[in-house]
Amino acid sequence: MAKIRGSIVVNVERCKGCEVCMVSCPTGTIAMAKEVNGKGYNYAFPANPDLCIGCASCAMGCLDGVIAVYKTKI
Amino acid sequence: MFEIAGIREIVKPENLAYRKSDLLTENVMSYCPGCGHGTVHRILAEVIDELGLQSDTIGVSPVGCSVLMYNYIDVDIQQAAHGRAPAVATAIKRLLPEKFVFTYQGDGDLAAIGTAETIHACNRGENILMLFINNGIYGMTGGQMAPTTLVGMKSSTSPAGRIAKTMGSPLKMTDIVATLPGTYYVTRQSVHTPANVRKTKKAIRKAVQYQKLDRGTCFIEIVSNCPSGWKMTPVQSNKWMEETMFPVYPLGDLKTPEE
Ligand SMILES: Cc1ncc(C[n+]2csc(CCOP(=O)(O)OP(=O)(O)O)c2C)c(N)n1
Ligand code: SF4
Ligand code: SF4
Ligand code: SF4
Repeated sequence: MAKIRGSIVVNVERCKGCEVCMVSCPTGTIAMAKEVNGKGYNYAFPANPDLCIGCASCAMGCLDGVIAVYKTKI
Repeated sequence: MFEIAGIREIVKPENLAYRKSDLLTENVMSYCPGCGHGTVHRILAEVIDELGLQSDTIGVSPVGCSVLMYNYIDVDIQQAAHGRAPAVATAIKRLLPEKFVFTYQGDGDLAAIGTAETIHACNRGENILMLFINNGIYGMTGGQMAPTTLVGMKSSTSPAGRIAKTMGSPLKMTDIVATLPGTYYVTRQSVHTPANVRKTKKAIRKAVQYQKLDRGTCFIEIVSNCPSGWKMTPVQSNKWMEETMFPVYPLGDLKTPEE
């Protein structure tokens, strides 16, 4: 059976570290970085990239258009 | 641009499932982390882009946190005096009836200083879309009480909480304009979860289509958050909004056209 795999791309400097994407993700792909970006925010990043299913919930929830989502069948 | 990708092999143009519209500019929005204004800008830009209306749209921005909207959405935007956006939009739409015209206003702008403009534009049935961002507070000026503030809710000018007897009860502008014959489509939505974002986007798309029919004012309230004014984290503020705001401002359509 084909499996849906996804990958997000986070535009780090645009992120404000609000955590809304993290709580919107159904698979636990996203975590907040310990490091901060240029504005001092702990940015979101795909901590568990293998879990991503490309559903775009994170991107829909993101207030600032930070996340792009890619999706494919393998 | 500094980017972090999950799995590089999947990140190819043909696999793109979602990215923000180019109409949402590269300028970092001035909104606080987790503020619903950003989401509404993002989906409004998406709808205008998807319908190919970039050069046929004129927006009117308010006084409030979203005063600088013209920096973030790449369409023509006129900034109006406090509360006067519906009057400015009336003039624009009457002079340029073929354009898609919208106002974008907070609750202090639309439901306090601009109450008269709101009611009369809706009563005249101006053929515009009014987007009403209700966060129950004056965000920009530091969290003062608004007409929409909930009873018992603390603000910088009601530090012990709003008292209905002396300060009035939450003003439900959306319910009021729904009673006016001039309004065509009136709905109350939110953008605090991915599912609600999708619903609000659908409502905006409908309102754009309805404007072509010239049947009256479309009015979309978006119950939103103000993490800074409410003194909560963004995630807490969304939860609080669900538990405390929605019982007073229930989501759903208040007036739908008879198709
Ligand atoms: C004529 C006038 N009166 C008062 C103000 C001060 N003022 C600026 S923004 C604002 C209220 C904004 O609140 P709201 O419309 O709810 O928008 P938010 O900032 O919460 O998005 C006020 C009273 C002003 N700029 N002009
Ligand atoms: S696309 Fe879906 S699974 Fe992947 S990170 Fe975003 S919300 Fe999580
Ligand atoms: S929702 Fe957007 S701004 Fe907020 S933490 Fe996630 S990527 Fe950053
Ligand atoms: S003050 Fe409130 S409404 Fe204004 S940008 Fe900050 S969170 Fe948003």
